[in-house]
Amino acid sequence: MNRTAMDLWVGIFVAIGLAAIVFLALKVGNLTSLNTVPSYRLEARFDNIGGLKMRAPVKAAGVVVGRVDGIRLDAKTYEAVVALKIDNGYQFTKDTIASILTSGLLGEVYIGLDAGGDTVMLADGATIGKTQSAVVLEKLIGQFLFDKAGSGAAK
Amino acid sequence: MPADTIASGLRRIGAGAIKAVTRVGFSARFFMVVLSRTPDAFRRGRLTMREIYFAGVLSLVIIMVSGLFVGMVLGLQGYDSLNKYGAGDSLGVFVGLSLVRELGPVVAGLLFASRAGSAITAEIGLMKTTEQLSAMEMMAVDPLARIVAPRFWGGVISMPLLAALFSVMGVFGAYLVGVRLIGLDSGAFWGNMRAAIEFWPDITNGIIKSVVFGVAVSLIAVFEGYDAKPTAEGVSSATTRTVVGASLAILALDFILTVFMFRGIGG
Repeated sequence: MNRTAMDLWVGIFVAIGLAAIVFLALKVGNLTSLNTVPSYRLEARFDNIGGLKMRAPVKAAGVVVGRVDGIRLDAKTYEAVVALKIDNGYQFTKDTIASILTSGLLGEVYIGLDAGGDTVMLADGATIGKTQSAVVLEKLIGQFLFDKAGSGAAK
Repeated sequence: MPADTIASGLRRIGAGAIKAVTRVGFSARFFMVVLSRTPDAFRRGRLTMREIYFAGVLSLVIIMVSGLFVGMVLGLQGYDSLNKYGAGDSLGVFVGLSLVRELGPVVAGLLFASRAGSAITAEIGLMKTTEQLSAMEMMAVDPLARIVAPRFWGGVISMPLLAALFSVMGVFGAYLVGVRLIGLDSGAFWGNMRAAIEFWPDITNGIIKSVVFGVAVSLIAVFEGYDAKPTAEGVSSATTRTVVGASLAILALDFILTVFMFRGIGG
């Protein structure tokens, strides 16, 4: 094997190896939608976040506009404080409502943002005032049974 | 008499244990020395290039063909199981995650150990048997810098590239089976896969694993070759030890790395 042929083969090998890593990053993974867009932070407080996870999507009208960046418990108020990373291209009004939703019955949990009609926009680091907590199915069923029993007794 | 046999038995166990610990110490010292010869391996780039050719380029066919078949089998088996729960569209997620996180680095590492690791051990072992290594030392050429370090780094550089190629071929094989053969929607296949697999941590963890396996396999291969008994039998048993030891090391390291990595996921 002469030297130039060997160099050529090693060059081809390294090139397709690196191409494979790029393919994994762009086609198999979703590198394009990650960290490449400048973003700002918002906070939202919920009584209950249900099954919300780190890096869950934040959607407005079904379009992904950001990701959940941090979840912690406020030790004084016992509320969950969720940090949201929103792409800089999207601005939301001050009376935006953040709610925790589930796509389908067993799907992923995400945060939905419904913009209001205010003219003032939320700035970096602001807290969303109006929130709607996750619907906990067990509580809902319990409440339904309780109501049913109550209405049955009244009759 | 029985006291004598017991004593000799104990002595043999003790000797074996001391020998094993000594070997561990020797291999650690050997690793340090090889690392210290790293500048030599890259100053003579051509030597390392040659080893990338032998360890990497010549392993391409087996890695790519195996990846394709593993991906096609995953596609068939995964679709069969997922479709029972009406989740056939998640085939891309299933195949992509299992390849990128586990099968890509592990199976590529096992193939690399048997294809390239055994060749490295046999080559260095035979050089030692035919006293080429001693001859080099006589000529004031350091065999660790000239022979061992380029082979070590050739393996370390080749391994992550081979693992990535294995994963890509596997995904392609699953695409062939899932989309072309079974008739899944191609948009759902790629879309679900991209939605579920993150570059950080899924793909980077796979790359970290393949680099660690590359270091482990290459080190075991050059060490067993360098440490081989200079006989025909010694070289053959050293080659066997490389394949067995490297395969076990890959599986054990994979477990340890996965335990650490899964702490970071979902937290």
